[in-house]
Amino acid sequence: MKPKIVIIGGGVIGCAVARELSAFSADILLLERAVDVAEGASKANSGLVHAGFHAAPGTQKAMFNVQGGRMFEALCKQLGVPYRRNGAMVLAFNKQQLDILHELLEQGKANGVDGLEIIGREQVLAFEEHTNPTVEAALFAKSAAVTSPYELTYALADHANVNGVGFQLNTEVYSIEQCEKCFRVDTNKGSMISDIVINCAGTGAGRLHNQISDRKVNIVSRKGEYYLLDHDNRPMFSHTMFQTPTGMGKGVLITPTVHDGLILGPTALDIDDDADVSTTVDALKTIREITSITWPQESLKTVVTTFAGIRAHETGGDFIVGAVDGAEGAYEAIGIESPGLSSAPAIGLYIADRIAEDFHLHRKPKRIPPPARPKSFADMTVKEKRHAYRQDPAYGSVVCRCEQITEAEVRAAIRRPVGATTVDGVKRRTRAGMGRCQGGFCSPRVMEILSEELGIVLNQVTKSGGSSRMLSNRIEDAFLEMDGKHE
Amino acid sequence: MANMNEMYVDVLIIGAGPAGMAAGIAAREAGLENVLILERENEIGGILKQCIHNGFGLHRFKEELTGPEYAQRDIDRMEELGVAVQCDTMVIEIDSGKRVTAVSRTHGVQVFRAGAVILAMGCRERPRGALAIPGTRPAGIFSAGTAQKLVNMHGFMPGRRVVILGSGDIGLIMARRMTLQGAEVLACAEIMPYSSGLNRNIVQCLQDYDIPLLLSHTVVDIRGRERLEGVTIARVDEKLQPIPKTETEYACDTLLLSVGLIPENELSKQIGVELSAVTQGAVVDDTLQTSIDGVFACGNVLHVHDLVDFVSEESAKAGRAAADYLLGKRRAPSESIPVADGSGVRGVVPQRLCKPANNAQASGVRFMFRPDRVYQNVKVEVLDGKHTVKSVKRRILAPGEMAEIPLSAGDIQSLSGNTVTVQIME
Repeated sequence: MKPKIVIIGGGVIGCAVARELSAFSADILLLERAVDVAEGASKANSGLVHAGFHAAPGTQKAMFNVQGGRMFEALCKQLGVPYRRNGAMVLAFNKQQLDILHELLEQGKANGVDGLEIIGREQVLAFEEHTNPTVEAALFAKSAAVTSPYELTYALADHANVNGVGFQLNTEVYSIEQCEKCFRVDTNKGSMISDIVINCAGTGAGRLHNQISDRKVNIVSRKGEYYLLDHDNRPMFSHTMFQTPTGMGKGVLITPTVHDGLILGPTALDIDDDADVSTTVDALKTIREITSITWPQESLKTVVTTFAGIRAHETGGDFIVGAVDGAEGAYEAIGIESPGLSSAPAIGLYIADRIAEDFHLHRKPKRIPPPARPKSFADMTVKEKRHAYRQDPAYGSVVCRCEQITEAEVRAAIRRPVGATTVDGVKRRTRAGMGRCQGGFCSPRVMEILSEELGIVLNQVTKSGGSSRMLSNRIEDAFLEMDGKHE
Repeated sequence: MANMNEMYVDVLIIGAGPAGMAAGIAAREAGLENVLILERENEIGGILKQCIHNGFGLHRFKEELTGPEYAQRDIDRMEELGVAVQCDTMVIEIDSGKRVTAVSRTHGVQVFRAGAVILAMGCRERPRGALAIPGTRPAGIFSAGTAQKLVNMHGFMPGRRVVILGSGDIGLIMARRMTLQGAEVLACAEIMPYSSGLNRNIVQCLQDYDIPLLLSHTVVDIRGRERLEGVTIARVDEKLQPIPKTETEYACDTLLLSVGLIPENELSKQIGVELSAVTQGAVVDDTLQTSIDGVFACGNVLHVHDLVDFVSEESAKAGRAAADYLLGKRRAPSESIPVADGSGVRGVVPQRLCKPANNAQASGVRFMFRPDRVYQNVKVEVLDGKHTVKSVKRRILAPGEMAEIPLSAGDIQSLSGNTVTVQIME
């Protein structure tokens, strides 16, 4: 009989685990409390695939970062997810920081990172002309890359889903209870019994872990705020620009995105409320102050938006990945802060292999390949555009003018295996609404297409599920309401 | 070079809003046969379609029309003249050789080769993200024009309890519109000590409905996880920084933003047109030609106007200039004279004057600009180098209303060739 596996959490980790497990014969269900996958840390981070020199040798962070980093390019290629090896630099402005560069270099070598070297001022400025000319030196990491964390999560989810993994969204796990040879998982949608549970619940993972293990963990919600700048011609920096690390992490950085935007951030502030993704005056000011050291001519004229994300920090400082202590059949990936995205492919593979071994799972003879991800219309040549239009005339209808996203692409995003059901879901899957007008022009049309595809009334369309409805009443209802009042 | 896949048009106009329509009509009236307007939406008229309030056409038609009525006059004239418009068509690429690639649902990918191009893409609204207002990012925050479209074109209310940030004209119009539709508009906050909207709109859209206009105030916090639950408004100091302890909380489900319009010059950048950092539109000469030969710009893509009447007037001029260019009637410019912003003046258009080789070809020009603040009882002057060639008294000038000063053909002919400056003298 196929074992029942419940994966808790639809972030990049949960989806990576789901995809790897879908190669095996098992009855797998992924539970996600939000309306969509990639709604937590996976939608709001720096999008970096780190080279792997930041973590201390021997830690899980170091191991999974380096392994995951090596898997990344092939994985993105297979799934059709954007990935660019842009290289990273850690800047040093004084002797003390220069010493730190050497420590990072040694640490990187110990972790097995290739392509690290320390370069001087001239070379830094030759690579990045907008860098502060008082820079002394930099640690240059050739293998560092950028990707799109949420697009990766969607693609992992789709591939898992076509291979049989069920996705149950809007489902919040309240508790896990270990019974005899099984687990009882209580959710807002009722209870379920499962042979194996995998806790990938992000900031919620600590609470669930402590319900089934005596070795307690402590997860802190660490908020990071960002600026996103528009892609005006080309980003000001093509490399990821770190400063030397701080006690709270890798520090505030500047990096291009895979879509040629420029990200400034993140700050790091431990907060009590794991849903508080508000931005604040103080943090935005901190970002400006720190990034202007790297980029003295800093210009925020092309700010597209500011945003915040929450990463799950375990106070021990390392990832906790593997079988849960004292709870046979339970597995987990806890404290997956940076370099969590870089590590996701390796963590997914590790947990799946571990379960397959422990439970003698049978590998399926054949896995269904991931659904084809057509090139975006904006990136096509004229010839390709003509061809795409002949296949589907909806390619002729541009919905988002800033990012040139067509109706065909919006509909495809909704029809994907784990498809978009909200305005934000469409935005992150297609980029419609991500550009300089921030959805001003396209959001009414996106809402219309969502209502058509989902078979709902326009004012039932939400921004991001729950009570986030975009519109209130129909106008004729307003008249009726007013008539009622006057009677 | 002839290419089977390319269609030649005399004048290709991008955008069938008020600017594109007026340019098309003028180019056709000036004798061009082959005029084509490409419009990305499914109907002609641009933003006028959703402006169902009246007040359009006072200058041009001497009557008060609604937006759709105003547009219809141009649509009728285009039909009479046979100005071709292709809707649902988005220009996706344009090069300096005036080769224009467009895509549409009915025709797929088309490539046009144009004798002249008129840029008439209009403008977009500055979004919330660009302001970096702290707080959450829930549903219920709209730019005023998006809200106007949802109400007037889709028939849905964005919300019921509304705060408006910014006092641009669309925000003011929407304050009235949503009130009439049964919503409660709590306040309109403007960070500057003066409104950026027309005075008539402040009276007719806010004062008539007892909606407070909070000058020198801005939104400093946004609350609500899923749908907007409230905003905090604070007073700002002279440096536009929020003053502590002046915060007031407003419980609302909707925040409309009317915080500025930005000319949509992405295509202009593609062709390599020189842009002004002040207007964020093209740098043009008095024939509205950009830095690229045969490429003209007019309407809100050139500089943001307050009144559609002036958009139509300016755009007709661009249409005639494009026709002159193609029919070889263009005045041979003997000299190009730069025009600069003087004290108190922001974004004067045009930024260059072409001094014609002879008087017969001369025509006057009207400089348009915005004052950098409110002025009373001042003179607007045009200087040739340091020498005043024109001076006009103005009782009041405000950033919310475009100001102008004309210069006659004779005045232009007598210019020395030094930089011309437009300035405000107190």
